[in-house]
Amino acid sequence: MAHDHDHSHLSETELRVRALETVLLEKGYIDPAAIDLVIQKYEQKIGPRNGARVVAKAWVDRDFKQKLLGEPAQTLASLGYAGMQGEHTTVVENTPTLHNMVVCTLCSCYPWPLLGLPPVWYKSAPYRSRVVIDPRGVLRDFGVELPSDTEIRVWDSTAEMRYLVLPMRPAGTEDWSEEQLAALVTRDSMIGTGLPGLARETAP
Amino acid sequence: MNGAHDMGGVHGFGPVKREANEPVFHAEWEGRVFALALASGRAGQWNIDMGRFARENRSPADYVSKSYFELWLAGLETLLAERGLVSADEIAAGRSLREPKKVEAILQHDSVEAIFARGRPTERPVSVPPRFRVGDRVRARNINPTTHTRLPRYVRGRIGVVEQLRGSHVFPDTNSLGQGENPQWLYTVRFDARDLWGPEADQTVKVSVDAWEPYLEPAGQSL
Repeated sequence: MAHDHDHSHLSETELRVRALETVLLEKGYIDPAAIDLVIQKYEQKIGPRNGARVVAKAWVDRDFKQKLLGEPAQTLASLGYAGMQGEHTTVVENTPTLHNMVVCTLCSCYPWPLLGLPPVWYKSAPYRSRVVIDPRGVLRDFGVELPSDTEIRVWDSTAEMRYLVLPMRPAGTEDWSEEQLAALVTRDSMIGTGLPGLARETAP
Repeated sequence: MNGAHDMGGVHGFGPVKREANEPVFHAEWEGRVFALALASGRAGQWNIDMGRFARENRSPADYVSKSYFELWLAGLETLLAERGLVSADEIAAGRSLREPKKVEAILQHDSVEAIFARGRPTERPVSVPPRFRVGDRVRARNINPTTHTRLPRYVRGRIGVVEQLRGSHVFPDTNSLGQGENPQWLYTVRFDARDLWGPEADQTVKVSVDAWEPYLEPAGQSL
């Protein structure tokens, strides 16, 4: 899918969206305050910090981790991370011998309550086409090189199951607080294209 | 349908480009389209599988030339027109030209939190036991419907192993056609990369899909 558009093309789309919204409003199909609230939720409130908190908690609390892996939906719901596009969430754990990666080759399925809306690259043709046939090549695009004998598991989200990767806790963080650990957990590390602490991202 | 959306294994799209400090929406209209599409769903005139099909049901050239939210806009316009809610001439005019149609509900500001917290769970009870068990070898059927399906082409005809039973869920292939939720058992089926891509494939790689029972047939015992 193309992402570089010239200005006139963008303006045309912008005008079309405005026209559509006006018609929907005139017909009484939408409540504009609800539209604003939905945008605000996903732009400012729901993002990868949610997932990072879950990961950090799993790193410091063994019982929580067992519950998270064994009964993910209930455990996440108890923390308030359920609902739209997180109705059936599963957590998959990275180990020294196994690395998990998540994709939706058919569209853009992604655990919204934990990670927010997906970044452009996750929805893009290069990622969706390639990660199932050349996951190590995709990892190299992200600057990640794994040992050649690490098993790689790619989860294609073709149904309503949503997947969160539980990355490995970085070495040398034994005395770190849960809050400090959460700051290491990047969005990409919870999709499987990154490792904790490797790349900084700013997101809500 | 065998559309451009079914991208697994396609070559030539180039490297994955990650954007630093990426915003949630790259333009104001993207957020509007996203929210308008979700809100319009409350009208009760289509379900999520019909929504997905409306985005993917187009020529490959059109699909790959549109950005993600342009696809959402195009899909939303299609659904609104097909259901007689908003027609193309009204969008062109930028105003309503006809009386509104009666709809089930609209997304109200005060109901947003509750509706999003509830989501749209797809698990439904069924009266038949699951046909497959964890560990069974199964073959993804070689099907090529022109309508909506969630069985990607790269696994069709390939043999994998049932790894998890995920409960019984709404079946998109019928739900997208308005032929009912028709819940079916859902399995996570794991494939060895060499069974998908040939003997030269990386032997450390395994790929799984979530597949409803009608997508699968028994593949017999391991040799």
